[in-house]
Amino acid sequence: MRPIATTRSAAGMPTGLLAVWWIVASEIVIFGGLLGAYIMYRLSHDAWAGHAANTNTLIGTTNTLVLLTSSLFAVLAHQAAEKGDGKKAARFLMYTMAGAVAFLCIKGYEWNYEISHGMTITTNTFWSFYYTAAGIHGAHVIAGAIIMGIVAKDAAKGLELQRVELIGIYWHFVDIVWIFLFPLLYIAK
Amino acid sequence: MAESIPTQPSDPHADDHHHEEQSFVSKYLLSTDHKVIGMQYMFTGMAMALIGGFMAYAFRMQLAFPGVEVPLWGVVTPANYTALVTNHGAIMIFWVAMPVLIAAFGNYLIPLMVGCDDMVFPKINRLSYQIFLLSAIVLISSYFVDGGGFGGAWTTYPPLSAKAEYNLTPMGASIFIGAVGLEFVAFLLGGINFITTAMNARAPGMKLYDIPMVIWMIVIASILFMVSVGPLLAGAIMLLFDQQLGTAFYDPNRGGDPVLWQHLFWFFGHPEVYVVLLPAIGITAEIITVFSRKKLFAYRTVLNTAIGTGVLSFCVWAHHQFISGIDPRMAHVFTLTTLLISIPIAEMMFVYIATLYGGAIRLATPMLWALAFIFEFLIGGVTGIFLGASGADIYLHDTYFVLAHFHYTFFPIAIIGTFAGVTYWFPKMFGKMMSDRLGKIHFWGTIIPFNFIFIPLFFLGAGGQHRRIYDFQNFPALAGEGMQDLRILATTSLLVMLGFQLVFFYNFITSLMKGKAAGKNPWKANTLEWTAESPPPHGNWKELPTVYRGPYEYSVPGREKDYWPQDEPN
Repeated sequence: MRPIATTRSAAGMPTGLLAVWWIVASEIVIFGGLLGAYIMYRLSHDAWAGHAANTNTLIGTTNTLVLLTSSLFAVLAHQAAEKGDGKKAARFLMYTMAGAVAFLCIKGYEWNYEISHGMTITTNTFWSFYYTAAGIHGAHVIAGAIIMGIVAKDAAKGLELQRVELIGIYWHFVDIVWIFLFPLLYIAK
Repeated sequence: MAESIPTQPSDPHADDHHHEEQSFVSKYLLSTDHKVIGMQYMFTGMAMALIGGFMAYAFRMQLAFPGVEVPLWGVVTPANYTALVTNHGAIMIFWVAMPVLIAAFGNYLIPLMVGCDDMVFPKINRLSYQIFLLSAIVLISSYFVDGGGFGGAWTTYPPLSAKAEYNLTPMGASIFIGAVGLEFVAFLLGGINFITTAMNARAPGMKLYDIPMVIWMIVIASILFMVSVGPLLAGAIMLLFDQQLGTAFYDPNRGGDPVLWQHLFWFFGHPEVYVVLLPAIGITAEIITVFSRKKLFAYRTVLNTAIGTGVLSFCVWAHHQFISGIDPRMAHVFTLTTLLISIPIAEMMFVYIATLYGGAIRLATPMLWALAFIFEFLIGGVTGIFLGASGADIYLHDTYFVLAHFHYTFFPIAIIGTFAGVTYWFPKMFGKMMSDRLGKIHFWGTIIPFNFIFIPLFFLGAGGQHRRIYDFQNFPALAGEGMQDLRILATTSLLVMLGFQLVFFYNFITSLMKGKAAGKNPWKANTLEWTAESPPPHGNWKELPTVYRGPYEYSVPGREKDYWPQDEPN
């Protein structure tokens, strides 16, 4: 049974929405610290431009497009949920999850190629950052996709439709993190 | 006696026991009730305080009587010593101050003081405690692995912490980081609950300036924690990779930078001081208004200074790094910001003194603790000025002066603040009054030895005694008779103080069993928790309250009673 507290909204915003924004705020500083450290190192090590030249821009671009498309489906799912169409929302969430799976597969192929060509997490500090940042981001992709599955399962039955928007916000955040990672790791050479 | 009771045939006891345990588990261990979770945090925090206190006892014995066989521990080896000081620091901050001040009081008080039936996310709340408990178990387990517990100081500076060849605790170091990381996750989950509950679940009629100060402080503290801990979480993952995968984020020989860790650590570490300070300041506000029967002198000033302190606390971290090779021009900047932060804190102290002025002061046990908080914290604050000024800090850095300074801040926060809160809300939590006489004995038995522990350490620090040294007899300049006497004085005082804690536990248990019934509102206070039953049932009220005014309307002229509860229409 849900407590009365959960249904109140003295701040004028649904409690779930408020909580998700706070989660995003606490996540921003995690990636902020990591990428801030990366940028400081990068600025003081000219040689890193050479290491960065080995990353595969084509794969990075593909993955960016995959994630952006998955975010589009998250928006469409939200739109459907607003209209009360749980089944349609669930279907769009499934497309988003398919995007997550595609992203991870491409990532897996890319890492496999790089590791087999001698670029591992211990090769040098650029590659340490490369695997750590993308790895933490990948963990967020996996977590988001799992939660999305739970939300989609309920949404298909027309339950807890407000959660479609909440997981969407989180998914856009994961997307935006990648939008920062992509130029930092792939484009700036 | 037990043997003389006739035993039942075929031992039905086992079955009974099993059944009883089931209900105990679901009622006390798996509950989603905010009050039960608050208690879990409080009792776990107290248990950890005993462990942390025991560690202090063991290494203080070594310092006063080098090489002695310490009762209950044995001879303290150098590896023991470093592991003990490291874990004492980590435990007292992460597993005592935070769980008790933020999580225990936050969980217990927020729904009761804003007038709702529970936290907004009860299951996340339960998960938060479970992860916290796990983190405590993980930390303690590090003492039983190969190489023993981590001994590279609670600040975990690399390269010492990053390489097993240096710290000699290959497993302990990683377990330490894992435990701290889990603890952070627990408090992020808890913090989301605290913030959203206080923002969204307030009783009808409770406007922003009607929220009791302690709730504001816990919310601001949770926000500070949330915003500051992220970079350290990222940094901790990097450190873990340095330890376990052989990366070189912090290894200067392979292109890394150990000072990066210091930045990430103190960017969190200094706001963390205010994360635990603010709830203690909030508890003090509740107590001094009730026990001087006066309105809080300047509610909005306290609130604004707390927010100002929070913002400033993000701009001071490098004052921990004055001797880490930072640019002297930057040291000036951080000296300025550090000295600036004493202004809002001093402002709060003035407001509290002005609140006391002209009040009908009643020196009950909670009030004594609250006054002691103001007095002792002031010493901590004033000695901080020496350390914030980069010139003086170059001499005093890493000496016992620093150690005494931050114990004069953390002891008032974690110990005095906790005792103030526990003695004040005990009647609400358990429905019984604590003995005031025993409470006062415990109070003086704690406060007097506390000053005798740490004032000598100021002198030792100013005399050049460095921290984290196993045996000062190896340093002729520090081994002299006069200095050793001060060490023995500090250790003896610690023993006295620890002994007096037995009075508290005796008082706690006897009051619990046969204390006087407290009734709903024994202190005649205004805030909402005192309108519920003592202890409040699940759901807190039969009918949730409505709020009509601020929390500190005491001695309002023209009224018969000298208090005016927030939920009384007129």
